[in-house]
Amino acid sequence: MKTMNRQRRARLAATALLLVGAAATVALTLAALNENVNAFHPPASIVGGEAPVNTSIRAGGMVAEGSVQRDATGLAVSFVVTDHQGADYPVRYHGILPDLFREGQGVLVTGELTAAGVFEAREVLARHDENYMPPELADMAVHQGAAPR
Amino acid sequence: MAQTAAAPAHAAAHRMIGRLLPLAGFAALVALLYLGFTLRDPTLLPSALIAQPFPRFDLPILGGGGRRATEADLQGAPRLVNVWATWCPTCLAEHAELTRIGAETGLSIIGINYKDDAAKAIAWLVRHGDPYQFNVVDADGDLGVELGVYGAPETFLVDAAGIIRHKRVGEVNRAVWENEIAPAWRNLAATP
Amino acid sequence: MIVELGHFAAILALLMAAGLAGTGFLAATNPAWRGLTQALALGQLALVALSFAVLVAAFVGNDFSVAYVAQNSNSALPWHYRVSATWGAHEGSFLLWTLIAAGWTAAVSVAGRQLPSEVHGRALGVLGALNAAFLLFLLSASNPFERLLPAPPTDGADLNPLLQDFGLIVHPPLLYIGYVGLAVAFAFAAAALLAGRLDAAWARWTRPWTNVAWAFLTCGIALGSWWAYYELGWGGWWFWDPVENASFMPWLAATALIHSLAVTEKRGAFKAWTAFLALTAFSLALLGAFIVRSGVLTSVHAFATDPERGVFLLIILALAVGGAFALYAARAPSIGSRATYDGISRELLLLANNAILTLALAVVLLGTLYPLAYEAATGGDKISVGPPYFNRVFVPLMLLLAAGLAIAPISRWKRTPLKLFQKAGWMLLAAAAIGVAAPLAFAGALKAGAAAAAALGTWVAVVLAADCWRHRGALTRSYLGMAMAHLGFAVSLVGIGATSQFSSALDARLAVGEAVELNGVAYRFASLTQVDGPNYTAERGTFTTDAGVTLHAEKRHYAASGQVMTEAGIAAGFFRDLYVTLGERLPDGSWAVRLNDKPLVRWVWLGALLMAGGGILAVMDPRYRRVRVRARSSRADVAPVPQAAQSGG
Repeated sequence: MKTMNRQRRARLAATALLLVGAAATVALTLAALNENVNAFHPPASIVGGEAPVNTSIRAGGMVAEGSVQRDATGLAVSFVVTDHQGADYPVRYHGILPDLFREGQGVLVTGELTAAGVFEAREVLARHDENYMPPELADMAVHQGAAPR
Repeated sequence: MAQTAAAPAHAAAHRMIGRLLPLAGFAALVALLYLGFTLRDPTLLPSALIAQPFPRFDLPILGGGGRRATEADLQGAPRLVNVWATWCPTCLAEHAELTRIGAETGLSIIGINYKDDAAKAIAWLVRHGDPYQFNVVDADGDLGVELGVYGAPETFLVDAAGIIRHKRVGEVNRAVWENEIAPAWRNLAATP
Repeated sequence: MIVELGHFAAILALLMAAGLAGTGFLAATNPAWRGLTQALALGQLALVALSFAVLVAAFVGNDFSVAYVAQNSNSALPWHYRVSATWGAHEGSFLLWTLIAAGWTAAVSVAGRQLPSEVHGRALGVLGALNAAFLLFLLSASNPFERLLPAPPTDGADLNPLLQDFGLIVHPPLLYIGYVGLAVAFAFAAAALLAGRLDAAWARWTRPWTNVAWAFLTCGIALGSWWAYYELGWGGWWFWDPVENASFMPWLAATALIHSLAVTEKRGAFKAWTAFLALTAFSLALLGAFIVRSGVLTSVHAFATDPERGVFLLIILALAVGGAFALYAARAPSIGSRATYDGISRELLLLANNAILTLALAVVLLGTLYPLAYEAATGGDKISVGPPYFNRVFVPLMLLLAAGLAIAPISRWKRTPLKLFQKAGWMLLAAAAIGVAAPLAFAGALKAGAAAAAALGTWVAVVLAADCWRHRGALTRSYLGMAMAHLGFAVSLVGIGATSQFSSALDARLAVGEAVELNGVAYRFASLTQVDGPNYTAERGTFTTDAGVTLHAEKRHYAASGQVMTEAGIAAGFFRDLYVTLGERLPDGSWAVRLNDKPLVRWVWLGALLMAGGGILAVMDPRYRRVRVRARSSRADVAPVPQAAQSGG
């Protein structure tokens, strides 16, 4: 009987520990999820003021022809993202652009929109390869090979 | 996990619920995947052009030595009008299926060589085969704008009177042919 | 080679797989069917192998009349990449998957002959049904043998340059051996549930198969990570990308399964839970296949998508997994566990291990599917879940796992006297000191995560070493396998801690002749030359460091597809990697260059290899060979529990 009680106690302790651990994980998970979710915004939403300012978001569209400007000495670069339907906004980035980044091609940027309406990109993604188009862009009806290279 | 031999009945019922939980969770997962999946078909774009006459055009024929074609050349029989270019990888991917359609079904295919280089386009057709009855050269993309083309490839089914009956954005493969275009084409034949 | 022969062989294989599904279940009750079952399993393997060989031959022979070859190969491609191009895209890689599934099925059919037919037959029946589903999918929705007639192209569109690489030759086969290997555990669990004998003997048959599949999966994931590290060009080795998660989730489930199987075999406990994990692990592998091949989630690794394929795969997933869980719901309640344990016992530690791994799995699953759920709930709003989410939750869980793992070897079944842990406590103090001192000495800085990882990693290693010493002379392969795998976990943990917290990177604008410093190393852009590869031309930047290390980074232009690829220049070292990539050429002729300094990054993969090696070593334990003999003569239930070191995970 004594062992029985001790066993029961041990199992109770184990269960309690498990529940506390699981609850802590759930809390941590939800907090982390809340802070690390980036919403996607098409150009119209950025220009139309629906996108939040100074919050991490994802945006995308096509790189406007002739808009890419490299800084003369450093690695700063700016370009215009457009949906070819009247909405376009400037993007600033510092660093190396991906291999498949081209004017007239689709691009996905992660970063923050400033109050002045400039998108400060932390990350720039281009189409991964000829057969791949992020669904975010595909949904904007900007299809693969949408413009001649 | 471990339980004693004499488990009360309510515990057994409790366990039954536990056993059903994975099944329920999995069913929810499949539902979610299916839902997400149906959200993901970007190829279903309604076109304002359906049931409208094919836009007017007057463009040179690819490799036609100065001959030109107009929308009148589409009339007389149902046609598949395919917008393509050598810079478009998906056009190459669907080329085999277009070739098969041209060879096996007898539906005539007209190409619109869209924002492309004519010499490259001819070389491409020599290399990959030419399923088109003829191609018009839309070097500036003007006809593309009229057609509301987002990109290449796009494919239109035009009836004998020159009315657009169906539009496909993206690749035409066997499934698209059988499930979408062929039924639309048969419909044309049924209701002249 | 006649491609139609391959197609025909695959059709015959489908018939055989369907036959196997039928005869397997017949053999379960009537052993007379066992001969035919085995013949079908072997015949199916031979036919799928023939089918696969035909496709390889079409690639090697540049048969561009085959659509799949034309889309994924080119006559300028070196021959070894023409071979690996066979599994470079969806159709061929699924044929490889099918081949591996047939291979596992044949292996179960031959190696499991001594098992009781009520389990063996049903397991083969389940595997046959799975194979038939795979082959049906292959033939109807992803046929690699379709011809481009009547107008075959004269040359192919070329293999994606990213895949023209050694890592990608071996990564998919290893990964698929792991994924599909989990089908064996799945089939055994389903068979045991059907036969109503979810017992210790079942656990003992399942363990070696699971270990082997898990070891291959571990290697496959590590190789994928290594490939991403050197081939994607930016120094990252894990991105929490949906496709990576798709391979990681089955791994987490399989890792939990391996440990839970240990309890079920040794103590007869956790039976229902173990069966649940066995069903879950392969279900997650199927889910992964769906994610990768349907395009339902945004990923850079996903195959080109096709809605028809997605629906088909979803149906396979629903039938296989839905059927399995329905069976579980119906049968699992009748199986009770009678084992008892008390206080801090090995059972409790393994239970904690399972709880942590399952939580980790849930965290990854949530993060992976949340964007999809959000989109479905809001009717199309898109979000993505950033890597910090995964790191924030995952890291504490893994540290906790490491702490439990450290004391696991010294724990005992049923009950462990607390005094046994005393020495381990002192070792923890020593390890903590090392964990603090090592980063200070090597990097001159202290960071909590890296210090915790180093301390726990050291603790695991020290306790293991002491335990090995205590049991010297009586070390079984099974124990050594456990020790090696746990050491591997510690090595990976230390590597991950160090490289994620002490890596430094710098984007710089450099012209030839200029130099820049990163983390005390000066890199000079020594020269830029033009080089010609077999099917590409490249600009090669040569960089030298002040310590005399030379790095070659390339920007390759692939002629056939017109694609540009970045090949990193890496000076690999046991303690640190130096890593240089050429970004883009700037208008004035200088280059945007990224420099990476990655301490202990090799440890991440080295640890994974140790884990895999441990898994294989444990399988080689003579115990498993004895088990087969015993299983034939009698149906021994729980074997007497040896109190020595002959145990482990």
